[in-house]
Amino acid sequence: MPEIKVTPLGAGQDVGRSCILVSIAGKNVMLDCGMHMGYNDDRRFPDFSYITQNGRLTDFLDCVIISHFHLDHCGALPYFSEMVGYDGPIYMTHPTKAICPILLEDYRKITVDKKGETNFFTSQMIKDCMKKVVAVHLHQTVQVDEELEIKAYYAGHVLGAAMFQIKVGCESVVYTGDYNMTPDRHLGAAWIDKCRPDLLISESTYATTIRDSKRCRERDFLKKVHETVERGGKVLIPVFALGRAQELCILLETFWERMNLKAPIYFSTGLTEKANHYYKLFITWTNQKIRKTFVQRNMFEFKHIKAFDRAFADNPGPMVVFATPGMLHAGQSLQIFRKWAGNEKNMVIMPGYCVQGTVGHKILSGQRKLEMEGRQILEVKMQVEYMSFSAHADAKGIMQLIRQAEPRNVLLVHGEAKKMEFLKQKIEQEFHVSCYMPANGETTTIFTNPCIPVDISLGLLKREAAIGPVPDAKKPKLMHGTLLMKDNSFRLVSPEQALKELGLAEHQLRFTCRVHIQDPRKEHETVLRVYNHLKGVLKDYSVQHLPDGSITVESILIQATAHSEDQGTKVLLVSWTYQDEELGSYLTSLLKKGLPQSTS
Amino acid sequence: YCLSGHPTLPCNVLKFKSTTIMLDCGLDMTSTLNFLPLPLVQSPRLSKLPGWVLKDGSTFLDKELKECSGHVFVDSVPEFCLPETELLDLSTVDVILISNYHCMMALPYITEYTGFTGTVYATEPTVQIGRLLMEELVNSIERVPKAQSASMWKNKEVQRLLPAPLKDAVEVSMWRKCYTMPEVNAALSKIQLVGYSQKIELFGAVQVTPLSSGYALGSSNWIIQSHYEKVSYVSGSSLLTTHPQPMDQASLKNSDVLILTGLTQIPTANPDGMVGEFCSNLAMTVRNGGNVLVPCYPSGVIYDLLECLYQYIDSAGLSNVPFYFISPVANSSLEFSQIFAEWLCHNKQTKVYLPEPPFPHAELIQTNKLKHYPSIHGDFSNDFKQPCVVFTGHPSLRFGDVVHFMELWGKSSLNTVIFTEPDFSYLDALAPYQPLAMKCVYCPIDTRLNFIQVSKLLKEVQPLPQLHSLPWTHSSPSMFLLSEGPRTAPSPGAGLRHILSFSPADQNFLLLQLADSLVPLEIKPGISLATVSAVLHTKDNKHVLQLPPKPPQPPASKKRKRVSDDVPECKALKPLLSGSIPVDQFVQTLEKHGFSDVKVEDTAKGHIVLLQEAETLIQLEEDSTHIICDNDEPLRVKLRDLVLKFLQKF
Repeated sequence: MPEIKVTPLGAGQDVGRSCILVSIAGKNVMLDCGMHMGYNDDRRFPDFSYITQNGRLTDFLDCVIISHFHLDHCGALPYFSEMVGYDGPIYMTHPTKAICPILLEDYRKITVDKKGETNFFTSQMIKDCMKKVVAVHLHQTVQVDEELEIKAYYAGHVLGAAMFQIKVGCESVVYTGDYNMTPDRHLGAAWIDKCRPDLLISESTYATTIRDSKRCRERDFLKKVHETVERGGKVLIPVFALGRAQELCILLETFWERMNLKAPIYFSTGLTEKANHYYKLFITWTNQKIRKTFVQRNMFEFKHIKAFDRAFADNPGPMVVFATPGMLHAGQSLQIFRKWAGNEKNMVIMPGYCVQGTVGHKILSGQRKLEMEGRQILEVKMQVEYMSFSAHADAKGIMQLIRQAEPRNVLLVHGEAKKMEFLKQKIEQEFHVSCYMPANGETTTIFTNPCIPVDISLGLLKREAAIGPVPDAKKPKLMHGTLLMKDNSFRLVSPEQALKELGLAEHQLRFTCRVHIQDPRKEHETVLRVYNHLKGVLKDYSVQHLPDGSITVESILIQATAHSEDQGTKVLLVSWTYQDEELGSYLTSLLKKGLPQSTS
Repeated sequence: YCLSGHPTLPCNVLKFKSTTIMLDCGLDMTSTLNFLPLPLVQSPRLSKLPGWVLKDGSTFLDKELKECSGHVFVDSVPEFCLPETELLDLSTVDVILISNYHCMMALPYITEYTGFTGTVYATEPTVQIGRLLMEELVNSIERVPKAQSASMWKNKEVQRLLPAPLKDAVEVSMWRKCYTMPEVNAALSKIQLVGYSQKIELFGAVQVTPLSSGYALGSSNWIIQSHYEKVSYVSGSSLLTTHPQPMDQASLKNSDVLILTGLTQIPTANPDGMVGEFCSNLAMTVRNGGNVLVPCYPSGVIYDLLECLYQYIDSAGLSNVPFYFISPVANSSLEFSQIFAEWLCHNKQTKVYLPEPPFPHAELIQTNKLKHYPSIHGDFSNDFKQPCVVFTGHPSLRFGDVVHFMELWGKSSLNTVIFTEPDFSYLDALAPYQPLAMKCVYCPIDTRLNFIQVSKLLKEVQPLPQLHSLPWTHSSPSMFLLSEGPRTAPSPGAGLRHILSFSPADQNFLLLQLADSLVPLEIKPGISLATVSAVLHTKDNKHVLQLPPKPPQPPASKKRKRVSDDVPECKALKPLLSGSIPVDQFVQTLEKHGFSDVKVEDTAKGHIVLLQEAETLIQLEEDSTHIICDNDEPLRVKLRDLVLKFLQKF
């Protein structure tokens, strides 16, 4: 029984270090290779030793696919390819390929240069790793090898985010990565065709949430920022350099312009400027509106938003600062947070999901006294607001995608176990497909019913068409044939042809039964009676009376002779081949019952 | 079918597996050369041209035809020569595949006027840049309204009297005026965007795939394949590395038919050499204080020219000379070129990763060396500084801003016009401007395949017997044909009809979903057989075999007194049998099953096994078995099963 095996090495009932192994029709594919932001030890990377104990990863894996550039999807890539050792192809979209190395380098700097960790990947490793990357277009069908092909679909989550379809023969798996089903200010909505995969591996970050309309959230966000700025407070918005940041920048930019506000907006780190540049160059990946207007005005050239300098944090007066990273777990955003946390006039707006263990997660769960490095206690007086701007699909979106793709099975990853459980039930109820949610290291096996391409000989098709009552292409038809399997090719031919091709002779199996009937009349009269009787009963068959005194029913031959001893008993010889077994057997039993008296 | 006589602007229709596919729809614009230029600013010279008078002195055509330096031109809105539309009903075309933006200019005529209802497939850069080209075309024609549109000269009787080339123009009655912007938009809305190597299913019968052709941004070759045949359509391909993604040759391998079109018309001109010549001519003119005019399309080669100039101007000491790019779509074209990183060659892609704009003209614009204007009106007149280099359209010199510059600069021998686009004959293009003092340089830059490259390509992709190359009228096809020998089936000279015939090896493709239920039987090593009885579902030209539905259980309520009397359904066919029965083993088996009185007689052909008690006779021969018995059904069935054990079913 063919099967698809899925083992999450990360992101199984969890968010972070996405890494999923898929075995499909003998091919092994690794989906994403991320790091976990909540950990700083070995647990931050997936356990690659699971894949193969001895032997090289390159021999075991056919390819690696990276869905988008977020570190929880690609953060472990240099470690995996350079330190563990993998030389096969790595697939990602063009924007991902462009942006991924920058984020990796940034991550490396924070870990190695700031925290002083050794035994981490180096800049050179990132470069070497990126050399193994093959960029793919949207909807391009990439032939990884003879049998394995992959295809990218637009996912909308961040610039260059893609869903991937992995296909071997007729079996296929779709991995969504992170996706967003509602278009936002700078990206379009995820889209997939009705590809009916055997398995859909979907993220489920917002498995239980159904978010209100985007417009409301935006209005809310602007109102809060505006109020804080009005009363002279500072607003900190921790973001990741790419993605939400751009959306919120566009939002604030237009708002500032409309309201003619003067308070400065800053964007931390040089990375962001670069990031905006990427958006300019990869404008084909953004939404319709931006693409249409970019010639007149590129939306990513901001007038009001300036680069941030560390010294600005102590400036008096209101300001809005976008700082990285987004979960307040390190870097500039955490520094600014520490400076501003004490003042209740200030506000921090968390625009996205925070992984457990990060400062962001702690303050969102209501903790107001934080233990920082060096046993300091930081009291948080500033207002903490949470606004879901992360571009993940909500429950409604996930259902929508399932409806679009019509998978035979669904597997949930990248979410919290409890929420997943809820969604799982909902999916099973609504779509009647089985839904799985394996934990890390747990293997799910899905049985598939693959189809095998078969060539049908034209002769057979024509013959079958001739048998049918009226050839109607739309109506299913019953066919019989012999499947010829030879050197991996499958052909369906008529049985006669199969015999001929194999050089075998047909073996005829014939039965002849003697049926005794009491009938005093002459032989030919008996025959006539039998003929009339059969004709009356077997209306659908061709019953013929031949000149030599025998009767045929289809190809069954019936002859009558007088019994050698008793002239009153006639012996009917019924003879048929094995192919007419049913009819022959029926005829004998019919005749055994004797002839009806009424017919004469 | 080939619907266009133009060698580089093809329009072909392919009938393949009951789908009708139109390959490209290029618009032959050479017809415009017969018209007078459309000046943006009243030109006293052009408006005072004498009317043309017939030899017999009649002047009824003098409003329509003007004489200019020995040539006769039609004074009217320029018209274009459409692809042949009479040959077949274009509403039956299912899809149109576009290979590059030059080859889609006739699209509005096809989609808006022929009842076409299908889909058009093209890559995103092709659509965007194609839109720009059309926009420019429409714009430059519409902003110079002509009161009259000449039609009298088209009368066959009249046309006969005209001097060449008007006399020889074919199908003039089919010439059409330019489309309008709403028509362009309507046409473009029918396009579905595709990416390279994307497999597109057409009605389940055919799969089409675009491949990079290396000629222009987003230009593509197409592979049209069914399960057993593969047709490659190679149109406007280039092996040179300029800005677009290099040509994908590997996927063209093993084609059954290769349709080759859009080859270079000037095989003798080496593009690299021409670019060098272009630069040196440009430099020379500018140094002498003259202006340079480059009539060009707003996209394509101009990117490469700008890039070459970018490197060249500093070394030639020309950094102070302004470059002007004048086109209604100049800005869009330059901007669009920067965002199609995915469609560019590797070098340019790497730049984007840095991130830097892939084309250096971004820097030229930033440093104010290159300026772009929508037209000569407006800002341009204020900034205009001579000497300068102007890139503008249209290359036919019949409309667009180029007309103005020709009039303006034509009288001075200091100035130079450099032709780079190969689509128009430069002498014909210049004809209405004669006498002309300005220098004319012809540096056609055409990166499309030349014959040597084609033969090399053919050797590499090794198509099977058939190869059809559609018209390449201008240059010496015969030479090429000779070198290729029997593999090439030349298209008849100017013939419009060319039918590709396929061997009807029409096999069907089935997907088997009942693999589980089959019992394969190994007959010979490596060959297995299994009997299949299944339901054939035909949907979207795909055939699927599925398990036959279980016969419906007879409803319990229905009274069935005499079940055995029901006429058996003979639908379920019994398999054929094969093999032979070894007598000894058969007899042993019989004895094992309780037949004690088995008696075997040898006959000429085989054996007869007698079961005396049951008055049953079994004739065993090499390839037949005959069981003769009394009407004893259980016995017969038992015997049957025993016999079947020795045989193979099919």
